[in-house]
Amino acid sequence: MQLSPLLNVERLTKCYPAGTGQLTVLADVSFALSPGDTCAIIGPSGSGKTTLLGLCAGLDQPTSGRVLLDGVDLGGLDEEQRARLRSEKVGFIFQSFHLLPTLTAIENVMVPLELRGVARPRPPAEELLRRVGLADRQDHYPSQLSGGEQQRVAIARAFVNQPKVLFADEPTGNLDQETASKVIQMLFDLNASANTALVLVTHDPELARRAGRVIRLRGGRRLEDGE
Amino acid sequence: MSWLRALLRRWTWQMAWRESRTRRARLMLFGSSIVLGIAALIAIGAFRDGLLNAVEEQAKSLLGADLVIAGRSRFGEEEDRLLNAIGGRQSRETDLSSMILFPTRAGTRLVQVRGIEGDFPFYGALETDPPEAAATWRLSGGALVEETLLAQYGAQVGDPVKIGTLTTQVVGRLKRVPGDTLAFATLAPRVYLRSADLEKATLQQKGSLARHKCYIQLPVGVSAEQVVKPIQKDLDRLRLGHTTAEKRQEDLGNSMERLSDFLSLVGFVALFLGGVGIANAIHTHVKEKLSHVAVLRCLGATEAETFSIYLAQAITLGAVASLAGTLLGVAVQFALPHILGDFLPVKVGFKIQPAGLAQGFGIGLAFSILFALLPLLGIRKASPLIALRISTGVNAKGGIPWPEIVAGILVAGASVVFAMQHTERKAHGLYFVGGLAASFLLLWATSRALMFGLRKVVPAGLPYPWRQGLSNLYRPNNRTVLLMLSVGLGTFVLLTVHLTQNVLIKELVKEGGTNRPNTVLFDIQPDQREAVVKAVSDQGLRIMDQAPIVTMRLAKIGGKSVEDILTSTNRQIAKWALRREYRCTWRETLANSESLVSGVWHPAFDAAREPAPVSVEEGIARDLGLKIGDELAFDLQGIPLTTRVASLRKVDWRRVQPNFFVVFPPGVLESAPAFHVVVTRSDSSGQSATLQRSIVERFPNISVIDLSLVLSTLDTLLGKISLGIQFMAFFTVATGVLVLAGAVLVSRKQRVREGALLRTLGASRAQIRTILAAEYGSLGLMAALVATVLAVGASWGLAHFVFKTAYVWSPAPLVAAWLGVPVITLITGWWSSRSVVDAPPLETLREEG
Repeated sequence: MQLSPLLNVERLTKCYPAGTGQLTVLADVSFALSPGDTCAIIGPSGSGKTTLLGLCAGLDQPTSGRVLLDGVDLGGLDEEQRARLRSEKVGFIFQSFHLLPTLTAIENVMVPLELRGVARPRPPAEELLRRVGLADRQDHYPSQLSGGEQQRVAIARAFVNQPKVLFADEPTGNLDQETASKVIQMLFDLNASANTALVLVTHDPELARRAGRVIRLRGGRRLEDGE
Repeated sequence: MSWLRALLRRWTWQMAWRESRTRRARLMLFGSSIVLGIAALIAIGAFRDGLLNAVEEQAKSLLGADLVIAGRSRFGEEEDRLLNAIGGRQSRETDLSSMILFPTRAGTRLVQVRGIEGDFPFYGALETDPPEAAATWRLSGGALVEETLLAQYGAQVGDPVKIGTLTTQVVGRLKRVPGDTLAFATLAPRVYLRSADLEKATLQQKGSLARHKCYIQLPVGVSAEQVVKPIQKDLDRLRLGHTTAEKRQEDLGNSMERLSDFLSLVGFVALFLGGVGIANAIHTHVKEKLSHVAVLRCLGATEAETFSIYLAQAITLGAVASLAGTLLGVAVQFALPHILGDFLPVKVGFKIQPAGLAQGFGIGLAFSILFALLPLLGIRKASPLIALRISTGVNAKGGIPWPEIVAGILVAGASVVFAMQHTERKAHGLYFVGGLAASFLLLWATSRALMFGLRKVVPAGLPYPWRQGLSNLYRPNNRTVLLMLSVGLGTFVLLTVHLTQNVLIKELVKEGGTNRPNTVLFDIQPDQREAVVKAVSDQGLRIMDQAPIVTMRLAKIGGKSVEDILTSTNRQIAKWALRREYRCTWRETLANSESLVSGVWHPAFDAAREPAPVSVEEGIARDLGLKIGDELAFDLQGIPLTTRVASLRKVDWRRVQPNFFVVFPPGVLESAPAFHVVVTRSDSSGQSATLQRSIVERFPNISVIDLSLVLSTLDTLLGKISLGIQFMAFFTVATGVLVLAGAVLVSRKQRVREGALLRTLGASRAQIRTILAAEYGSLGLMAALVATVLAVGASWGLAHFVFKTAYVWSPAPLVAAWLGVPVITLITGWWSSRSVVDAPPLETLREEG
């Protein structure tokens, strides 16, 4: 059975004003993902990977083209509506983990649920922390956790909302190889069990190989397979 | 209003609390910048409430009676009849100026002698030491003498004292008289005698300036105003004034409100500066939290939700700071009655007024939030892309920044409303806020110019630490503007108070200086004049001026009797100008303190061309509605005298010499009963004391005004007034230091890292200290320079527009500011940055890195 696309990116272009002209950082990129799909966006620095991720997640507005997330055209939403959509359907994992340093591990994981007004956010957050192996560290602050542990908390935070799409920006970029492998395994396991579409931006060839699809970018353009 | 909905969510406050975890102590330190401003306002507000309460509770003792009727002439039969008809308990007082001599202490000075007959005061009590003296004195006689006067001459209870021709004994120290302030007592020390003893002193001679009062205690339930209403015409006709306890309470209440309003404005400067400190703290806090905001936005939080989290923190910060300020203010209000006590006619008790505290707390909270709003609004623009490293700043949203404009208008509007509520005229409130804004603007502009200038011209030849220190003033994350504001504003307020005090004192000193007269002898009877002139000359002193004085009252203006004018319903002339006793003289020429404004000066009088042409001082002419050619009739001690206004004069009243409202030409008053004034100059206090003593011993009825004593008394009084203002200004200075310390601490992280790097590269502690010295010292110096410009401008404005006097330069306080402020700034900067110098470099780099 052919599933309808969960994330549909159509001819996405992003330009920034630069001096008297325009700098095109992303040009005419299209792709589509279905639930459970995994996709790696790879390319050299400055190729537009993170810009593409930001646009797909509704963090920024494209210059042209459109993004449909779960059938909703992000271009038709204002910033507040996009924020609501993110809280309901999107999860994020960042290279620098971006845990809120003043919140404990469990509090960090609870934030997406609290934003949605979930009445009892603690049990699902505890369950996810247990699944990433940090049940006994839930009251620790980020500064009391190692880099790998912080990223596992970030993964728990990303999945706690049961998002339809998970965006991961260089999730292993700040981790050593051994820790990175564990984190990748965890990410893919959770993705499979939650049937979440996963979009990864990465420089890591091992991580890219594990993705079902690979989108290569160079100079803001998508390279065809074999290019 | 989505932010308001978000603010009402429990989660917002929960997040605000969690988000503040590692920054609470620092936020509280920043919040402390507004604590002193709130404390100042709370203290003044509580003091004001206490004062007004005291005035209300002690209303009757403010006057010592229900009703006082007073006049310049001794009460005659008609007055007695009128007063007797009023009924109640009555007590009479005669009040005049005279010299007092302590024969065993060789001290003499002009005092206010009050002769009492009856049981004054009916409410409140004369406070004396020993306490029983207030009662025994009425039976045994003797003098109750002002405590400060006895202290001045080292005189004791039991010492002999000579007043006029009466020699008696000091029977008690006078500590407090109902309704009088200590400041008044300092200017005119009081001596109480029994009325009969005052008669024995034979001070009341022809022309003597005395005031006669009748204190009346009315039966319970009788209102003073009701008593006065039916006899008002008789009182006007007999030129008697009256005061009731209610009127005195109202007048005092008004003056006390003005005093506390003025102090509130001084305190408000501290609050405003504290607000700037809060704004700076929130700005830094928000800047540090931008990445957190971006993450929250990525996780689905809306602009309103993230904004509300930090707004909740600002509200909490404001509430805690306001609470601390309120508690501190309650403590400070204990101090105010001690500092301002000399100017208060009532004893102010300590009382906590919940409404006043709530109001002060509310003002503090409102200003904290308003000042926090401007930097907080930046959160709305924080882009979630910051979390993805593809944006380092804020969303550049085009269009007019309405929220920022509204926040700015709210801050300005709240300041104007506050200032208007605390000034008698609305325009003064606007001037105050305008002045404050102009000061901010000048300090801001100077700091921008300083940064611009340094960027262009830090001399390459300067040693490295100096170049580095000066460059820190314009480098990223500098605190130049904030430091200039906090240091400059505090210095400006203190200097203005000090310079204005100097202007007032030095103007008087200038007038009394060099070859100008400084001693006035008055109440000289015609038969004493020659002997007095000789006595003065015998002391080796020059007679610099002398004048005969004839007292008279106004009878008619333009043919209309004064009584008719007084009782007229559309009277436009003040009662005092109609009722007062006019002390006139005659001479051929204008005095050197006078200049002709209009009309013709008449050096002589042609008796064939009545009425006599007189010259009238322009101010009183304005008050009486006179113009050249108007007819003016006087009652010269029972004899009618018609005159015509021939000229108007401008008089410099500051000169120590006899000046007059009305001057006659020679040939009119020579045969009238007159007394004389003689003016001289003594070059030392010793010479003055010898002259006073010899005059008082030989001519006990003659009074001597010693300008140097007046000056030193005024200096003391102004010192006490400025102590009150400086006490409030201290809050601004202390706030400035707190904001300064806060601002330095904010940039500490960067400075510590820089210091550690420099230390790693081989910089010595001395070099790092020099860098800090160059940075903070030059900032302090610039702030002091701008503050002195502002203070000179403000004190000039006060001298010119408010005190209407010439500006006098006082370089000493300016130099003190130029030297002192950089040192204080330097010490605060050093203290706040001590870890930059002391921390081991490796440890610092590890921690800060």
